[in-house]
Amino acid sequence: MSDAAIPSPARAAPITLVGPIAWVRTNLFSGWFSGLFSLLLLFLIVKWAMGFIEWGVINAVWSVPNNQTQACRELKGTGACWAVITEKHRFILFGTYPYEEQWRAFLSILIFIGLFIVSAQRVFWRKELGLVWVGALTAIGILMWGGVLGLNYVPQERWGGLVITLILATFGLAFAFPLSILVALGRRSKLPAIKALCVLYVELIRGVPLISLLFMASVMFPLFLPEGMNVDKLLRAQIAIILFAGAYLAEVVRGGLQTLPRGQYEAADALGLSYWAKTGLIILPQALRLVIPPLVNTFIGFFKDTSLVLIIGIFDLLTAGKTAIIEPAWQGFGIEVYLTVGFIYFCFCFAMSRYSQNLEAELNRHRVR
Amino acid sequence: MSTSMEAVASAARADAPPAILLDKVNKWYGAMHVLRDVSLNVALGERLVVCGPSGSGKSTLIRCINRLETHQEGSIKVDGIELSDDLRALDAIRREVGMVFQSFNLFPHLTILENCTLAPIWVRHMPKAEAEALAMQYLERVKIPEQAKKYPGQLSGGQQQRVAIARALCMKPKIMLFDEPTSALDPEMIKEVLETMVGLAETGMTMVCVTHEMGFARQVADRVVFMDRGEIVEQGAPNDVFENPRTDRLKLFLSQILRGH
Ligand SMILES: Nc1ncnc2c1ncn2[C@@H]1O[C@H](COP(=O)(O)OP(=O)(O)OP(=O)(O)O)[C@@H](O)[C@H]1O
Ligand SMILES: [Mg+2]
Repeated sequence: MSDAAIPSPARAAPITLVGPIAWVRTNLFSGWFSGLFSLLLLFLIVKWAMGFIEWGVINAVWSVPNNQTQACRELKGTGACWAVITEKHRFILFGTYPYEEQWRAFLSILIFIGLFIVSAQRVFWRKELGLVWVGALTAIGILMWGGVLGLNYVPQERWGGLVITLILATFGLAFAFPLSILVALGRRSKLPAIKALCVLYVELIRGVPLISLLFMASVMFPLFLPEGMNVDKLLRAQIAIILFAGAYLAEVVRGGLQTLPRGQYEAADALGLSYWAKTGLIILPQALRLVIPPLVNTFIGFFKDTSLVLIIGIFDLLTAGKTAIIEPAWQGFGIEVYLTVGFIYFCFCFAMSRYSQNLEAELNRHRVR
Repeated sequence: MSTSMEAVASAARADAPPAILLDKVNKWYGAMHVLRDVSLNVALGERLVVCGPSGSGKSTLIRCINRLETHQEGSIKVDGIELSDDLRALDAIRREVGMVFQSFNLFPHLTILENCTLAPIWVRHMPKAEAEALAMQYLERVKIPEQAKKYPGQLSGGQQQRVAIARALCMKPKIMLFDEPTSALDPEMIKEVLETMVGLAETGMTMVCVTHEMGFARQVADRVVFMDRGEIVEQGAPNDVFENPRTDRLKLFLSQILRGH
């Protein structure tokens, strides 16, 4: 009797059940086959990592005196020639932007990154954030173009590198996302004309490759403009990217709208909410939360797709990297350059991916019982 | 004693101006005729229970009253306003008519309190503090003020339905519509929701309620309407309708739901 009344104190689980040792046991060595496989894999990883460290750190050449690349060539591939990055990093990051003015492009990159970080904090999700964006983008415009405040004018043709990638991606997604929401809502509109227009837009744009849109923007679009009027090449590419991303994002958003039960619309209607209140307060907050993973997937895809602008002669990050090694002295050091460029892309994309996972967990807290 | 008071009250209601007036309403879904010449007159303060077999058009009928569905023929007047395509009339009616659904339809991404304050703030343009005070008052009335900060998914079905009732009441409607408010609930939760509805009936609210809860109908309804295949087949005081069914259709229906219970 008394035994049952007083519960015996809980004992800590045996070491074989919790802790790192238990984790290793259950996950890596649960049987002789999985154990063998784990060991083999471990061996391969260690061997590859050591090889990479030897190539990338121990044998690497970090700098060479004025374009004399003999030291690099003598390595014969046994070590990395990071000298190419030391030498060309400014070109890769800023393209042909005038050397003395490159601090302006650098500052623009910092503003972009700061803008991303601020926008990522949920405490800042207020109306004022819109003003911050307008302010930041204006500042970037002034910095990049110059011509005012004592800054020298730098024509757009001379911009390049990471700034171009960030401009295309940021403006692209900042405009494409709201556009896509309107289009997705339009596709569900009761008005046939609006619905048809939205369907037509999505199907037309999705039906052609981005490259052809970019070509159209750069070659055909000027033909339709009145004589003498010239729209900036970057702007044309930007519009093409916005239109393209908008069509894809619209379908993602529409998918979210479709998963909402009809009862949510009816409850909002029955309470007398107007169309925009219903959409903005009930429908979109729920629909967008549901599609965070595919949305971010599309965002990441477009961040990288901005590199396609190289075909119409815009100098984005990847093109700048490619151009940096055209010079005879630096030919043959593509691996180092592409690794670096890839790493920069990776940092941005990985940050987006991690951030979206946190955001998803945070915004969907209400679904956890 | 209380029955005589009831009788006085319902007699008074009979002379009250009509809150809802349906005149020869017809509705089709495609080729299917779901409401056939439905005429109905609900007085201000009256409590009406609508029953009938599945698919008889009960939901369609009450959804036409707040225009979640549109009717094709006949006329519907709510609080003196004719239902038409006029958006202003629609707005006015949606403010006067609250609705409670079978599946609660709370907004899962908002807290209980936010669910209740949303419409007062955005439709009635009430200041936030005032809306919150009002919401707390109604949450107390449905006996769950302590859940205000939780999300709907954290509440039981019965609690969710009571929140849904409070949410509708926060708009201070003149008329409340209920579409099978207890049929998605476990038996022990049905009671708490019905008690809330009885409490609401005692305040003199005009109520139209689709339900098969005979006990509730007997306790609060002034009138029971029996529908079958889109028509009103019989109507009258609950005891009359349930004890002396005149048509075979109602007899069959009553025998079925009694067996079901
Ligand atoms: N949106 C719709 N489209 C087509 N037909 C519908 C629609 N909604 C209801 N119906 C049909 O209209 C008829 C009446 O439906 P209603 O929902 O009004 O019945 P009900 O009496 O509420 O039934 P239940 O007791 O099952 O809720 C049914 O035959 C139903 O299949
Ligand atoms: Mg129904």
